[in-house]
Amino acid sequence: MLKFLIRRVLTGALVLWIISMLVFALFFAVPNNVARQMAGHNATPTTIKLINQRLGLDQPLWEQYGKFIWNALHGDLGEDYYYQLPVTHVIAEALPITLSVVVGASIIWLLLGVSSGVLSAVRPRSFIDRLVTVLALFFYSVPSFVLGLTLLFVFYYKLTIAGFAIFPAGGYKPLSDGLNQWFFHMILPWITLAMISAATYTRLTRGSMLEVLGEDYIKTARAKGISERRVIYRHGLRSALTPVVTQFGIDVATLIGGAVITETVFSLPGVGYQSIKAIRNQDLPLILGVVLVASVAVVVANILVDLLYAVLDPRVRLS
Amino acid sequence: MALLEVNDLHVRFNTDDGVVHAVRGVSFEVEQGKTLGIVGESGSGKSVATQTITGLTRGARIEGTAMFEGIDLLAATPEELRSVRGVKIGMIFQDPLTSLHPAYKVGWQIEEMIRAHQDEGRKKARARAVELLSLVGIPNAKTRVDDYPHQFSGGMRQRVMIAMAMALNPALLIADEPTTALDVTVQAQVLDVMRKVQEEFGTAIVLITHDLGVIAEMADDVIVMYAGRVMEKAPRRDLFYANHHPYTEGLLASLPQRNSSGGRLLPIKGSPPSMINPPQGCPFAPRCPYVFNRCVEETPALVPVFRREDHLSACFLSGHQAEREQGKEQMRVALLEEAQLESARLESAKLEGIA
Repeated sequence: MLKFLIRRVLTGALVLWIISMLVFALFFAVPNNVARQMAGHNATPTTIKLINQRLGLDQPLWEQYGKFIWNALHGDLGEDYYYQLPVTHVIAEALPITLSVVVGASIIWLLLGVSSGVLSAVRPRSFIDRLVTVLALFFYSVPSFVLGLTLLFVFYYKLTIAGFAIFPAGGYKPLSDGLNQWFFHMILPWITLAMISAATYTRLTRGSMLEVLGEDYIKTARAKGISERRVIYRHGLRSALTPVVTQFGIDVATLIGGAVITETVFSLPGVGYQSIKAIRNQDLPLILGVVLVASVAVVVANILVDLLYAVLDPRVRLS
Repeated sequence: MALLEVNDLHVRFNTDDGVVHAVRGVSFEVEQGKTLGIVGESGSGKSVATQTITGLTRGARIEGTAMFEGIDLLAATPEELRSVRGVKIGMIFQDPLTSLHPAYKVGWQIEEMIRAHQDEGRKKARARAVELLSLVGIPNAKTRVDDYPHQFSGGMRQRVMIAMAMALNPALLIADEPTTALDVTVQAQVLDVMRKVQEEFGTAIVLITHDLGVIAEMADDVIVMYAGRVMEKAPRRDLFYANHHPYTEGLLASLPQRNSSGGRLLPIKGSPPSMINPPQGCPFAPRCPYVFNRCVEETPALVPVFRREDHLSACFLSGHQAEREQGKEQMRVALLEEAQLESARLESAKLEGIA
């Protein structure tokens, strides 16, 4: 167990290191001119040179990278090119926003997806199964910006005009401003993200549940004369959750790297918003910072999923 | 009165290809403390019939009655059935490798069964689980209760299944091909356990199998099923030594003989009929060596033969096997000739290949 953890953390670190190198290499492989972009069209060569000097872009590549790694190991990801804010600080501001969105949404979609999937699987081909399938397909196909904007139109615009100013147009209020404020700023982004992801979980749970309910040990459970409820949840869902857990780990990790479209629609300055900004500005330190956050999320989520596997299925041994 | 009395059971399934009439008018009784063997090949309806009685068939249209301790199981509500399953009727299935839940300890699975029906504390249920496991011959039962199914071998898992099925001391144990997935040596051990349990608790057993060897070892009475019908019903001895139905005869003839060394197995020619829109007449007629016109025109009823009340057969033929010996001999000769022709053909093909 401990051995497993140590090995996974070490391989995770290796992955992060390789990713940082790749991002670095990619940044310098594509044509870019940060200094020219910052200084504008009429800048003199001297200005450009000065900017490059200040940003350290005039130094050899390996030296720049070495410096980055050295600082990163000491918890310093450098400063962003435009505002000279520490990248760690920018991320520390953006991450809670993204986490608020993702954690809230993931709870909703997990509950919604799994329960509708079970409902579907228990009575296959019934009216409710078909209804759930159609709804799932619908939300699966709707682009998140369409759903987000529609929600804004109905719940912000129409409701506010009608005299019920309940939902804000967007933006973020931290929890320190009060639970209420935070909650009402979050609810529309949550629904947007949750509805679109829930569809995947409905289909996944339904398929997995149907398979499990056909297993011999479900017949055994019924033969024992325990309640049908218990057969479905204690015996069926328990086994059917394994693929759901995998998918959940991947999805949450990916979204922590930025729920880009949802954050944009609801003007939430989260990790996704920062990454778009960083790429547009060719802001290398910020790009690296955002990518590392996303990678750490994926690595950690994978370790957690593997640990959960061992809990869910005693046949899995961590080694 | 018999413990379980099944009368004219029909089970139909709606499928995309049509209505599958899997069980067609099956009747049988199980006496207290006795073993009823049900033999038949795959798809003969033997499992469907017994699972229907306990309410485990889903999405089927069911007709008939199944009287068990004064209630008709086929007319019972799901709640009533639930209080019978596990408590009064225990069940074990074919594949012990997949019949236990892989995520729960075996002890927990037995405890769950006990606690679902009896108001007992964990401790008591657990003690009972240990007791049951040692009863079915699992060594170190005290520590083994906390093991997961994958830590047991196939034979041991089937013992766990038996222990679980017997947990509440049911009056009837339905064993659906309990030894089919096991090695021959392990088979014998599992059958021993079942017999021991039967002696200990006085349980009646319905033993479903396609293995006549298991029947010979365990059953008191036997019914032979084919295409959803009972073909013959007889006490064990009569079934093996004085059977009536040509299908039973074919089943016995297809067994490997110990004394005919190097001989070929004698299969029953042809394959079972489709269960969708079966043709008129005896379902075995297309494969029967003694078939005559009447067999194709009407379906024979299950009637007493040899002037015995306990021996029934669904066949128009009269009289004893001996009278049919001639026909059977002809059949055997035909099969042998065919086999010789086949090997001659292979031989000449080989020769050609060399040339």
